[in-house]
Amino acid sequence: MLVYVLRRLLVTIPVLIAATFFTFVLVDASGDPLQELRFAVPPVPEETIQARAEQLYLDRPTIERYWLWLTGVGNSRGDIGILQGKWGPSTQGAMDIGQEISERFLITLRLVAAATLFALGLAVVTGVISAVKQYSLTDNVLTFFGFLGLAMPTFWLAALVKEAGIWANQNLGTNFATLGATSPLYYRMEGWEAFMDVVLHLVLPTLTLMLTGYAAISRYQRASMLEVLNSDYIRLARAKGLRNRVVMRRHALRTALIPVVTLAALTVSAALTGAVITETVFRWRGLGTFLTQSIAQYDAFAVMAFLVISGVLVVGANLIADLLYGVLDPRIRYD
Amino acid sequence: MVTDPWPDTDLLLTVEDLTVEFPTDDGIVQAVRGVSYELRRGEVLGIVGESGSGKSVSSLAVMGLLPKTARISGSAKLQGRELLGLSDAELSKVRGNKIAMIFQDPLTSLSPVYTIGYQLAEAVLAHRDVPKEKAWDRAVELLDIVGIPNPEQRANSYPHELSGGMRQRVVIAIAMANDPDVIIADEPTTALDVTVQAQVMEALNSARQETGAAMILITHDLGVVAGTVDRVCVMYAGKLVETGAVDQVFYGPRMPYTLGLLGSLPRLDATRSHRLTPIVGTPPSLVNLPSGCPFSPRCPIVQPICIQEEPELFSVGVDGQLAACHFHERLIGAQPVDLFPPTTIDEELVASYEDAGQDDAAPEETT
Amino acid sequence: MTELQRPDVGLETAQAPLRDAEALTTEERTQFQMIITRFLRHKVAVASLVAFILIVLFAFVGPLVWKYDHNIYRDIPSDQPPSWDHPFGTTRAGQDVMGQVMRGTQQTLKVGFVVALLTTGIGATWGAIAGFYRGRVDAVMMRIVDVIIVIPILVVVLVLAGFTRGTTWFSVALIIGLFGWTSTARVVRGMVLSLREQEFVEASRAMGAGDGRIIFRHLLPNTAGVIIVDATLVIASAILVEAALSFLGFGIQIPDTSLGLLIQNAQTAVFTRPWLFYIPGFFVIFIVLTINFIGDGLRDALDPRQQMVRR
Repeated sequence: MLVYVLRRLLVTIPVLIAATFFTFVLVDASGDPLQELRFAVPPVPEETIQARAEQLYLDRPTIERYWLWLTGVGNSRGDIGILQGKWGPSTQGAMDIGQEISERFLITLRLVAAATLFALGLAVVTGVISAVKQYSLTDNVLTFFGFLGLAMPTFWLAALVKEAGIWANQNLGTNFATLGATSPLYYRMEGWEAFMDVVLHLVLPTLTLMLTGYAAISRYQRASMLEVLNSDYIRLARAKGLRNRVVMRRHALRTALIPVVTLAALTVSAALTGAVITETVFRWRGLGTFLTQSIAQYDAFAVMAFLVISGVLVVGANLIADLLYGVLDPRIRYD
Repeated sequence: MVTDPWPDTDLLLTVEDLTVEFPTDDGIVQAVRGVSYELRRGEVLGIVGESGSGKSVSSLAVMGLLPKTARISGSAKLQGRELLGLSDAELSKVRGNKIAMIFQDPLTSLSPVYTIGYQLAEAVLAHRDVPKEKAWDRAVELLDIVGIPNPEQRANSYPHELSGGMRQRVVIAIAMANDPDVIIADEPTTALDVTVQAQVMEALNSARQETGAAMILITHDLGVVAGTVDRVCVMYAGKLVETGAVDQVFYGPRMPYTLGLLGSLPRLDATRSHRLTPIVGTPPSLVNLPSGCPFSPRCPIVQPICIQEEPELFSVGVDGQLAACHFHERLIGAQPVDLFPPTTIDEELVASYEDAGQDDAAPEETT
Repeated sequence: MTELQRPDVGLETAQAPLRDAEALTTEERTQFQMIITRFLRHKVAVASLVAFILIVLFAFVGPLVWKYDHNIYRDIPSDQPPSWDHPFGTTRAGQDVMGQVMRGTQQTLKVGFVVALLTTGIGATWGAIAGFYRGRVDAVMMRIVDVIIVIPILVVVLVLAGFTRGTTWFSVALIIGLFGWTSTARVVRGMVLSLREQEFVEASRAMGAGDGRIIFRHLLPNTAGVIIVDATLVIASAILVEAALSFLGFGIQIPDTSLGLLIQNAQTAVFTRPWLFYIPGFFVIFIVLTINFIGDGLRDALDPRQQMVRR
């Protein structure tokens, strides 16, 4: 199994390198980060622009810059080279990409993890109920909400949830936070107070972000459960004289969960994309807003930083899903 | 109704006027139409018919394993106790305990995620209040009985690690786990290689001897029936069309369909000139049954009355042989060749093969 | 000699029974008719199809009939809630929201269709070739798919949209399409992997068919059902992605409009001028919902395993 994990990771390396290179070229070609400086009024001296370009390694060809970003080996100032743990300089003033990322990472992870877990839990339960009570009123209602969830644009829902939160705060005396990941005074809080602050800020964005994932997983769980319910071994389990409840729990659910695990891993990457929008609407300083902001500033190294983090997350989630698949399904063997 | 050579006290399973219908978008599928049969202690009853003749559905109805959409009427009594309409809780006490069932496809009959030992022990524990270790020991013992080598180790295997024949033995072991009174085997060898069919039948026989259970053997393979079965029921289009002791039915069939079935059976003892006699056409749609006798569209001796009136089961001889044919009397001593013309002309057949190979349209039929 | 060539001896005995057996057993129905019949049984899907056609008419014929388009007109009063003159209300700047929604829906639908064409075209071909050749070709092709999957689509689209500033609906569609075909490719590859093992592939190869013919004449037609269903999902998700892009400011740009852009502008007006927010949002949801239901109906209709059990 260790061999399998290592081999999987080995295959991932060229994929990640190709993906980062591709993105790098794209970001690089998308615009000139010094544009503002060049056309500034009053004009900035040529030397200043030159110095800035050198600082950002913009005086080198794209290929060389990618190489520097990747390895840091060559003519550099020692502030670049992802393999050495250095993220490279940012076009956004004096921003330190590494520090910025590490601050924002936990914030986004909080949101993505909460949304994925809640979506998964709820989806499994409703998917199973839907399948067991196929074509009943419950099933039809749940199915309709599933389809509705799939059709709902995240940003529309986000804006709606946000406004609804504001309305509830004004009229129902609730205390949901609608802006930011934490209060401005969070740094002074401790223990329970800090925890509650995080939770209250988390509620509405999580509600937004979990919906799409929930809809997809619950549809899938329903289909998977239905397939299992119609299988021969469920019939044999009943023919053995097992009670319906036991058949459902021990035989049907256990098997129907296996494919859903894989889907859950894919949800992580979808949730990362959704986080970009959710964070924008709720004004979180997370990785999502970091990405849009960096793209707008043609900040190639910052975009790369996002890509590395999300790439590692997605690859990791897929790997965990594969391994879990092996634990749950004895037919899968890693060799 | 007919002379009964066995005393009724041995009656295990009585199925009377069993009817099963499935509502579908195309109309109501009449899968089983008023089937009655009896199973006595120690007896092996064969139910024979083409696929779609209702032979499996009638047994699943007895077990209460049909989907909820099925409409079932009639009666199925186990030792005098009505089974139809029982709740899931009550039925689960009967299933696997009094009546066990073996399904056609061993590759999909076992759960892929549990070891075979677990699935066997589970069957034991479903009806017996014994410690888990005891149940496991019994599982190993059962594996041994059905002829699985190294049962101690094999019990820890998952189904995908076993061959089809082995898996079917496991299913048989599950069926005999609680010494049932009745074992229903639904095409137990159909999905298997010819080479292992005999071994599985052997396992089935030892299961029967071990438990003393009576058996219903559902099959379309008359060869299997001939060697194992005491009495046989022939089904066509959801109805019994002929029934009786196996020798009677095989050597003195009184219904053209049975004759047709026998004529299409290859025989090792036949001479080279012996030709198989096929039945032309396909079984009727169960949604849109023809009027009169359901076999009439394919019957070589069909007469106007056959289209007007569906024949009931007539008592046609000794030992309770029944046949549903208006002209059963004319069939005394008939041979398949008398009714069904054996073959086409060879040249015609060769030509039809050549036609099929001409363009590549044929492969697309797989869609 | 001839004995040996007849494995299925006498399967087609000619005989004239009183009634024609075949005619009684099954009604003659072509596969296409079967699919149509099954689709028509899915009432929600049929209703969705009708609704979807109405939306298409609204988006493409509506602008020819309706007196306002999406632009600002001086005679349009600002901030009017829905009324007879302006069924969807007006904006602060003086635009008729119905005119805007017509235009927005039109752009959104065009993006959806172009993306569906691109993704099914690229994805199906890619997947079929990878699945057919297997081995090294498959490995390389699927690694390329992995590369595209690892890059979050939003990054690509955001970057490329930034690159092609002054985005039109077509460039947005092109970008989404060129990077959205990976799931189609995976699905088709999976199907082809199992299809290629079947006898009819062997048979057509034996008859001398080349690889290209086998892939495009035999394998791909067999995946058509899945591809069609997949295409509906692709249209639906393309519409959502386009709306999200417009929302983030990287999609279709003012003075043109799209449903995403309309919602973006109405973000803070949920309570003050709800018609600005709810109507375009409702249109996005409704379009995607109907397409998904149509896809669901098609899946049921095209799936031969589907049992025709009445609900």
